[in-house]
Amino acid sequence: MADQTKRRHWLEHPATQNFLIPIFAVVLSFAVGAIFILIVGQNPFQVYSVLFSQTLGTSYGIGQLLFKTTPLIFAGLSVAICFKAGLFNIGAEGQLQIGAFMTALVGMYTVGVPAFLEIPLLILAGMIGGGIWGFIPGYLKAKTGAHEVINTIMLNFIAAALVSFFVTNLFNVPATVHTPEIAPTGKIPRFDTIFSSFSGSPVNFSILIAILAAVAVWYYVDKTRYGYELRVVGLNSKAAEYGGISVAKNIILSMTIGGAIAGLVGTNYVMGYKYYFEEGFSTGTGFMGIAVALLGNNNPFGVILAALLFGMLEYGGLVINTMVPKELVSILQAIVIIFVISSNKIFRKILVNFIKKRTLRVND
Amino acid sequence: MKKVISAVLSVLVLTSSTLLFESCGKSQPSAPPNSEVGLVFDVGGRGDKSFNDQAYRGLVMAKDSLGIKYQYIEPGGGSDRESALRQLASQKSIGIVFGVGFIFTDDINQVAKAFPNKKFACIDYTYDSTKAVPKNVIPIEFRENEGSFLVGAIAGMMTKTNIVGFIGGMESPLIRKFQVGYQAGVKYVNPKCKVLVAYAGVTGDAFKNPAKGKELALAQYSRGADIIYHAAGVTGLGVFDAAREMKKYAIGVDMDQWNEAPGYVLTSMVKKGDVAVYDIIKEWKEGKFNGGKPRVFGLKDNGVDFVYDKENKPLIPEKVYKKVQQLRQEIIERKIEVPNE
Repeated sequence: MADQTKRRHWLEHPATQNFLIPIFAVVLSFAVGAIFILIVGQNPFQVYSVLFSQTLGTSYGIGQLLFKTTPLIFAGLSVAICFKAGLFNIGAEGQLQIGAFMTALVGMYTVGVPAFLEIPLLILAGMIGGGIWGFIPGYLKAKTGAHEVINTIMLNFIAAALVSFFVTNLFNVPATVHTPEIAPTGKIPRFDTIFSSFSGSPVNFSILIAILAAVAVWYYVDKTRYGYELRVVGLNSKAAEYGGISVAKNIILSMTIGGAIAGLVGTNYVMGYKYYFEEGFSTGTGFMGIAVALLGNNNPFGVILAALLFGMLEYGGLVINTMVPKELVSILQAIVIIFVISSNKIFRKILVNFIKKRTLRVND
Repeated sequence: MKKVISAVLSVLVLTSSTLLFESCGKSQPSAPPNSEVGLVFDVGGRGDKSFNDQAYRGLVMAKDSLGIKYQYIEPGGGSDRESALRQLASQKSIGIVFGVGFIFTDDINQVAKAFPNKKFACIDYTYDSTKAVPKNVIPIEFRENEGSFLVGAIAGMMTKTNIVGFIGGMESPLIRKFQVGYQAGVKYVNPKCKVLVAYAGVTGDAFKNPAKGKELALAQYSRGADIIYHAAGVTGLGVFDAAREMKKYAIGVDMDQWNEAPGYVLTSMVKKGDVAVYDIIKEWKEGKFNGGKPRVFGLKDNGVDFVYDKENKPLIPEKVYKKVQQLRQEIIERKIEVPNE
């Protein structure tokens, strides 16, 4: 009897459910994806076994997965902190473009600065670039009421065009679409310089910056007075205003912080991998950040887990691309996202049913 | 709720049983080492009606007539190129890996170092005078000047005003190759003919500006040119616009551009990525891979050509075609030396 109450307690615990439900959803979405794989005439068992063995089964694969995860953590955190303030940041893509470009730009003009100054300087450059790109829609929202969704989308276009213009016209190495390399002291070491088993994979220590950023966001939002204000504004802005909290200030602040975090993406690609900014380096990481934040329930540590899943899907997509067409890879990724995000209610019900049945059977 | 669960379960059981059945039947023996070809497409991927599609055709040709097996990857973004090359190179069965487009230059240099026993080839590889080409890499280069010479000859013979035009994208050594070849072709058959030359700009954006292309083309047509050849990427689409508007001729580049302005596209100078991919696979299979220095594709190797098919045949007189074929032969036999710059 004691054992039974314990088990009930364990499965009904919200934290357990929050953890189990996404896993259910992922498993089920893989089953649905299997149907699509069958349609293109491949064996889903083979495709999935390649997908898992080459992403999780080798240290090179894990390195690739972590490399893909890092920018998703930044983008996810950026969206999540704005969500907390009740804002929908569609602009992480533009913010990370500007941020990464700023990192590369400052990096190429600061040769000779020692590493202990150069690395923080480049990180700061990225945060300022992204921060400005988050500040603009935040300011417009706070002062004019202009909707942040539209403004962040528009700023994405502007960011892409600006960066493209600068990279193809002013700062490119001739006959390429990338900037010159950053100062050598600004490079963040790769894992494979220390652990040779990661050899060849571009994962680097910027992932620690991502984890640090998650901790910082968690502390700021959950443990400080500013974070409390931010959450109140997100829950009910009228009540916040009534309670003496400046809604305008918090809107601007959260968008600026969100932008600054997105701007850190450059630490992974520019400082840790290619050492230059290349036009088209990000294909929708900022938009993926929305899915990451939703799946992670806007919790910084949830964001890390969600980013790991999407990182695996992104690299896994590349791994199975020799077996199935690229379009199918996109479909698989989208199916997983849809299932994970929309299945919350359904799976909770199934889980509750399951518990009921189990307890009934035990009682019999 | 029960219904939902049972439906889901039955689908699962059904699929997994079919799968098990299939996987039993399909256990293939693994391919011998270094017997297959890998290829990584540029971001555009298959279906771009240009380089990527051509490269794919080269793979299919190699499969059909050489019996090779191939695997390819269509990467999503910039950081996927190197990973994709590595992924293919790390497979035992794959012996040679292609990168489609100049943008692969850095990545191929990197990966070639990490896999010294594998071979690599890169279409339109960008040279860096400070770095040597790795010994296991073949840069694929096209003699665009030779193809341009032939379309220049067509323009020179067919002009009625004795004025023809050339519109380039970005002013650069690569596009100058098209220009000088074209000019040489025009002058060779018609020394009195004038060639108007214009470039859309000096930066990469000059390849993406159809409005500028149209403006330049309209100016050349109004100065009397009746045929314009472009080597300007997307900017060239404006040239076709102008041709349609002025009812004059234009000449396409890289691929058959007839469909951009049907009836007004005299011919196109085509670069044959498929031939390049096929030939290199063939040479590699025969053990004749010669890395470290460029493999050049000109008229002789059928790597460049001009379009002459049932659509534009009515536009080009038999006599002109015969003369151009004769010039082609003379270039191949080195009786005519086409300038490069």
